[in-house]
Formats: sequence, structure tokens, C-alpha cells
Amino acid sequence: MSQVLHTPPHGAAHTGEDDLAALAARHGLSVSGARPGLPEYVRQLWARRHFITAFATAKLTAQYSQARLGQIWQVATPLLNAAVYYFIFGVLLGTKHGVDDYIPFLVTGVFVWTFTQSSVMAGTRAISGNLGLVRALHFPRAALPISFALQQLQQLLFSMAALLIILFCFGIPVGPSWLLTIPVLVLQFAFNAGVAMIMARMGAKTPDIAQLMPFVLRTWMYVSGVMFSIDKTLRETHLPHAAQVLLEANPAAVYIDLMRFALIDSFHASQLPHHVWAYALGWALLAGVGGFVWFWKAEERYGRG
Amino acid sequence: MAERSEENVPTVIADRVDIVYRVHGTGAGRGPATAALHRILRPGKAAKAAGVRRVHAVKKVSFVARRGEAIGLIGTNGSGKSTLLKAIAGLLPVESGAIYTDGQPSLLGVNAALMNDLTGERNVYLGGLAMGMSREQIKARYQEIVDFSGINDKGDFISLPMRTYSSGMAARLRFSIAAAKDHDVLLIDEALATGDRAFQKRSEQRIRELREQAGTVFLVSHNNKSIRDTCERVLWLERGELRMDGPTEDVLKEYEAFTSGRR
Repeated sequence: MSQVLHTPPHGAAHTGEDDLAALAARHGLSVSGARPGLPEYVRQLWARRHFITAFATAKLTAQYSQARLGQIWQVATPLLNAAVYYFIFGVLLGTKHGVDDYIPFLVTGVFVWTFTQSSVMAGTRAISGNLGLVRALHFPRAALPISFALQQLQQLLFSMAALLIILFCFGIPVGPSWLLTIPVLVLQFAFNAGVAMIMARMGAKTPDIAQLMPFVLRTWMYVSGVMFSIDKTLRETHLPHAAQVLLEANPAAVYIDLMRFALIDSFHASQLPHHVWAYALGWALLAGVGGFVWFWKAEERYGRG
Repeated sequence: MAERSEENVPTVIADRVDIVYRVHGTGAGRGPATAALHRILRPGKAAKAAGVRRVHAVKKVSFVARRGEAIGLIGTNGSGKSTLLKAIAGLLPVESGAIYTDGQPSLLGVNAALMNDLTGERNVYLGGLAMGMSREQIKARYQEIVDFSGINDKGDFISLPMRTYSSGMAARLRFSIAAAKDHDVLLIDEALATGDRAFQKRSEQRIRELREQAGTVFLVSHNNKSIRDTCERVLWLERGELRMDGPTEDVLKEYEAFTSGRR
């Protein structure tokens, strides 16, 4: 059983520790699995941009590939969602909360909020739910949360198509302000991708966070003015100044209101908080850049141990 | 020492590598609920109390692999072969020691990146991109990949979703995608066992090609014949220790004596 079979292998394999390290250094070998520097990481990520988009599109397409109607569901699902909201809030409850064009107001809010919500949720599971991929292949891990945020952006674009149908049905005119949707979407995407990366790192270390996130997100939704007008609430009720600032600076609320301002003619600039574009840009930069750097700092630890 | 020939350039150096797995929640120590809470609140201190078990999978393994070598990894189940392979690929951390590599070694396998609901064609692109190929490279190799897999031998299957494939067809396509890329250091874990006899022959041929183009090939297999056919050097791991390192015939002779002696 335990006869000594150790035959000394050829070459330098069994000389001392220093010799092997020196041999590696002499031939320019690097330590396997070390974290690259930030500029190198950005370069690697850029090199994988086609993978990021292909992965997002593949995930999106795979969703409905078993359905008979196939990709029609991409538009049909948000339309049905909007119909449910119309039925509950428009027909059953008849609530308008004193908001003009309440249904377009509500549906825009729901779609834009869903973009942030799904990106954060998908980001939380981006690493912990794809350990097989992370453990099998080498790529900058930030590709995963970014790809999931991109998938949600594609999903939102389909929802926007449904939204245009709804706006048309409610007689909302097309205006030049519709062009503002593009910068709003870009900024919101940067914010969402950043938060997705932050959540991906947290979710990779403690997968339990995925159980907690639905409750956090629901609370966040209720303070983001998805179903009511923050501007009107602030005018009618007396809140402490700090609470007012928090409500108005809430990134989700900022992006939702900007999108409403861009699309719905009865939603005026006076209903937007002060410095709203500064908030939108600030959040996008803070979450996007901050989230990216923070995610990169744990790059070599994802999917290990 | 400085005047080495091309063939003698090292591509992978393992320097007294130890790999330890930590398994959480094995039940030792406190009750599960408090243990879990402790782990979250005080990850460092509570680790011992919360019943984290350490599995020492690879112990003090050193070797130097050189360009042009095909190295077989053998050993009984659970001897640490796959673990060592993952560590070489940089996908598992080493506890002590170090692994130095020339370029980025890659595991042969794209299974995790593929999606069953997509067509074979889209999976070829997705898998290729996941391995770091460019769209143009994949386009150039596309026909080669499909022909190699033999998916279209019995009709136009490449345009059908992968979930409609038989398990053998899916395995063949996966290997074909994975083997399409040229690697500096290629790590293969039991990939040769897939597919029918004809496909196995083609796979062995492809691995020989990869080996010529690339630097070094590591092959983990329980099939001594495929080790004999592809490798000229073998590392034998037993209980995480490197038991033998040498020419294929010598090591396999001892290994076969060892395994038949145990039965």
C-alpha cells in the first residue's frame, strides 16, 4: 500500500522554494488569478463588450422561447401589466390623487421603477446565481452585473414601446421633450448598473441578502412616488425639511419624474424638484463609478472558497 | 540555464501549493440559527465556533510544466485532481505556496455559459464570446465548429434549441465550442469521455492539434487509455499529495498496480 513511489521529477521541480519562484520570475510568469489594476480591468471589460451584450440579449430571448407567441410577449407582458393597473386604479378605485393623466403617470412610474428594481434584484444574484460560469471561465466579473442591468434596459425599451401605445390611446401629443428620454435612460442605466455591482459584491459574500432585498425594494418603491405625486404630497402635507430633501433626492424618484416630464405634456417642469438634472447626473456618477471601483476591489474573490 | 531551447520554457510552475476548502454549516459548535447569525456578524472570530470544516484538498504539490508537454493527472476519486486544475486556472485560491503561469490558463468547458433555450447557432456565438473570442474569430471558425461537432450530420439541428438535442449531441457541441479557441495552457477535465467512438477519436486528434499550437495541456481522466494516447508525462495525486511524477508508462504501471492491489 504505502511503498515510497516518489521518484524525483526532472528539472527544478524539487529544488527549494526560492528556486521555483526565481524560475517563474526569470521566465516572466505571473501569479495565477491575481486581480488586474483598474485601467487593465477596464480594458479587459471593454474587450468583453460583445459578450456583455450577447449575454443580455440571450437571457432576454430565452425568457419566452418556450411560449407559442414567442417574442410578442416582450411587449404584451408590459401592456398586460399596465391593463391591470388601469383596472385597479382607474376603474375599481377611481383614484386620481389629483394628478392629470393619471394612468400614463402611473404606468410610466411603474415601468421606470421596474427597471431599477429588476436591475438591483438581478445584480444581487449576478455572482451568487452564476457560480458555475464564474468558476469555469475567466472574464472580468463586472461583466455579469452590467449584463443583467443591460438586459433590464432592453426589457424597458420593449415596455417603452408599450408605453407609447398607451400614451397614444390617452391622446398625449408627441413633443420635442420626448428626446429627453435618451439622457434620462443613459443616466438611469449608469445608476442601475452601479447599484447592481454593489449588490453583486454583497450578494456574492452573503447570498442571504437576496431574501431581504424584496422588502427593501418594496419600501423604496413606496417612497419613490410610483403611484402618487411627490411634489403634490409635499405641498399638501408638512414634513420636516430633512424628509423633504430625502424624498426629492431619492434617485428612483428623480428618474421617474424626469421620464414623466419628458413624455407627458401635463407634467410640468414646476412639478420637478430643484436641481433635478444635477441629482440625476450625480447619482449616476456616484453609483456608476463608485459601484464599479468597489466591485473591482473584490474581483479575485468572486466564486472562490 | 539561460540558454534553454524553446521546448524547455516553463509555462506553469506550482510551488508547494496547498489548497484548503472551507465548508460552512457542518453542524458542529452551536445551533444552526445562532451559528449563522454569528457568522454574519463576526465572520473571523465565529468561524471556528460555527463549525466550519477545513478540507485539505491539495498538499504541498510542486511541479514545473514546460511548453509542448501534455501532462496527465491521475488518482483515485477525491484525490484533488480537479481542485488542482481549478487552482492552475486561477479559479480557486491557494492556501499557501504559489502557482505561476504564462498567460491565462483556461479550463476546457463552456457549459455554464450556454443556454438550453437558445439555438445551437446562438450558443456557438455566446460560448465563443464567453471564452473571449471576437465575433469575427467566431464567424471565421463557425463552420469548422459545426462540422466538427457533427450536429448537422442528421439534419439541420444547429438551428434548433439546444434543449431538443440528445445528451450526446449537446456534449459534442459543447466540446466543439470549447476546443475552437487556441489556448496557451489548456486544462481538460474528463472531456474525452463524451460522444461516440468516432467523436472521441476526433476529440483526441483535436487535443493533439491544440497541444501543438498551444503550450501545455493538462488532462484529468480516469481513462488510462486516453492518458496513454495523449500524454507523455503523468502526475499522480493521492489524497492531495503528489505521489509520483514521471513518464506516462512508468507512472501508469505503478498506478495500475496500486489500484488493482486495493480491490
